[in-house]
Amino acid sequence: MSDQLIFGLYIFMLSVFVGYQIITKVPALLHTPLMSATNAISGISLVASLVIAGGKYGKLSTILGVIAVAAATINVVGGFLITDRMLKMFRRKPVKK
Amino acid sequence: MRFQLIHLAYFASSLLFIVGLRGLTRPEAARRGIILAGVGMLVAIIGTLVHQDIISYQWIIGGLIIGTVVGIPMGLWIPMTKMPERIALSHAFGGLAVALVGVAEYVRHAIMQGHITQFTMGALGFEVFFGTVTFTGSLMAFGKLQGVLSGRPQTFKGQNALTLAMLATCLALIVYLIFNPLPGFFYTVVGLGFLLGVLLVVPIGGADMPVVICLMNSYAGLAAAASGFALDNNILIICGALDGGSGFLLAVIMSKAMNRSFRNVMFGAFGQLEAAVSDGVQKSVKAFTVEDAAEFLKNASSVVVVPGYGMAVSQAQHAVHEMQELLEEKGIEVRYAIHPVAGRMPGHMNVLLAEANVPYDHLIEMDAINPSMPTVDVCLVIGANDVVNPAARTDKSSAIYGMPIIDADKSKMVFVLKRSMAAGFAGIDNPLFYLENTRMVFGDAKNTLHSLNAELKK
Repeated sequence: MSDQLIFGLYIFMLSVFVGYQIITKVPALLHTPLMSATNAISGISLVASLVIAGGKYGKLSTILGVIAVAAATINVVGGFLITDRMLKMFRRKPVKK
Repeated sequence: MRFQLIHLAYFASSLLFIVGLRGLTRPEAARRGIILAGVGMLVAIIGTLVHQDIISYQWIIGGLIIGTVVGIPMGLWIPMTKMPERIALSHAFGGLAVALVGVAEYVRHAIMQGHITQFTMGALGFEVFFGTVTFTGSLMAFGKLQGVLSGRPQTFKGQNALTLAMLATCLALIVYLIFNPLPGFFYTVVGLGFLLGVLLVVPIGGADMPVVICLMNSYAGLAAAASGFALDNNILIICGALDGGSGFLLAVIMSKAMNRSFRNVMFGAFGQLEAAVSDGVQKSVKAFTVEDAAEFLKNASSVVVVPGYGMAVSQAQHAVHEMQELLEEKGIEVRYAIHPVAGRMPGHMNVLLAEANVPYDHLIEMDAINPSMPTVDVCLVIGANDVVNPAARTDKSSAIYGMPIIDADKSKMVFVLKRSMAAGFAGIDNPLFYLENTRMVFGDAKNTLHSLNAELKK
């Protein structure tokens, strides 16, 4: 067992715990925004794609990397925009037209 | 120096993500939370761009531009009624990105450098497995929601056995790869992952899509976490764990709200084997015209609306809100009863009604509203069926027996807005329609509500 694995497992376990504590407290009212927010956040895989797309690992890696960058960027940009758009709609008082 | 800078950026963004997500626990703090998370994302991206392995930026910029050009319309212009489809599609993109990263990493280590550690290989195996399953699985879910594929469960003989055999093969191959990282086996895992995504989702019916969407959310997160292990990148592990945990938790909540186990949702092919329940007795329903319904509503003092997927299909949410305002002007209390699995994704009804300007304190969860249902004068069921089916409480032979429901039948009067008497999605008969205090108002929900509103204005 490498140190890398043990260290990673600690991080994973603690994150799952923190996530559980937060997510159980999210009201059903906001379950759709929660889902689109976590989806936007998991667009963090963009940071891995960036290194592959811009790295010196050969043509195939560059191509795969660029597609991955595009796909992850769609989630990041679209995900944050739509979550914000949804949350903007949740109001206590109706807006007078 | 660069190394420290990147890690500092990742540390800051992890913190911002967690604080941001916590904002979602309260509607008032939610917007600020998502903005914090967005800042976190920006910090992580900028931090990554100084990575020493990056030698050229033209490809990166190209990818970022394509992603932004597609992402902006997907964020700003997609109508709220298309939210389930949009979420399914974004899970597919997320899965694809992670799977491709996994393949590129494999090529770099195992083929170009000719050496890959057992640990990295194992992590990459799980990464491409979850990534590919998420990609095709989410595309299938998208197809079903969009109506490109049939919403009915598609099954064939021995399907579950085949799926399980493929799953076992995949896991065995990943274990084998840890000791012998051969390209042939690696690409077999990639191929099997794509196939499994299809096989896992195709047999699941449209009404079970909330669980599938949650599971795909979870798999996308697990794939990202696995890539964090492979790349020794903590922020990927943290975000993957948050995403994976959240999706899993939502899937559990959804399954509970249907009183079904995961196994049953995944392998039960719900809604196909159930022949419409018929006891041979010709039952009759009582229909109401819009005028009758309007007259009744005017004399009520407490009205509860139970929305379902039908409201989303007919896009009736704005008409519902107009009716609510008309009734409130007459001093009638209007509330909405929201079942956890109403619609095609968690929170579907809340988003639609919020879009129509319904204040969120009018949206009441099932458990909170049920005790007061007997005092409700009129319960208006709009496009909902299974979530108000009293057979779930009483009929042990019913496919949905045990599922918690909104007690519409206990209110003094029930109006059901429905297209026709055709059986609901799951093909299960609904005794609610035949009750003494139930009146059917036939027609498209939106049109019915428009005429109803016109009557109420008189």
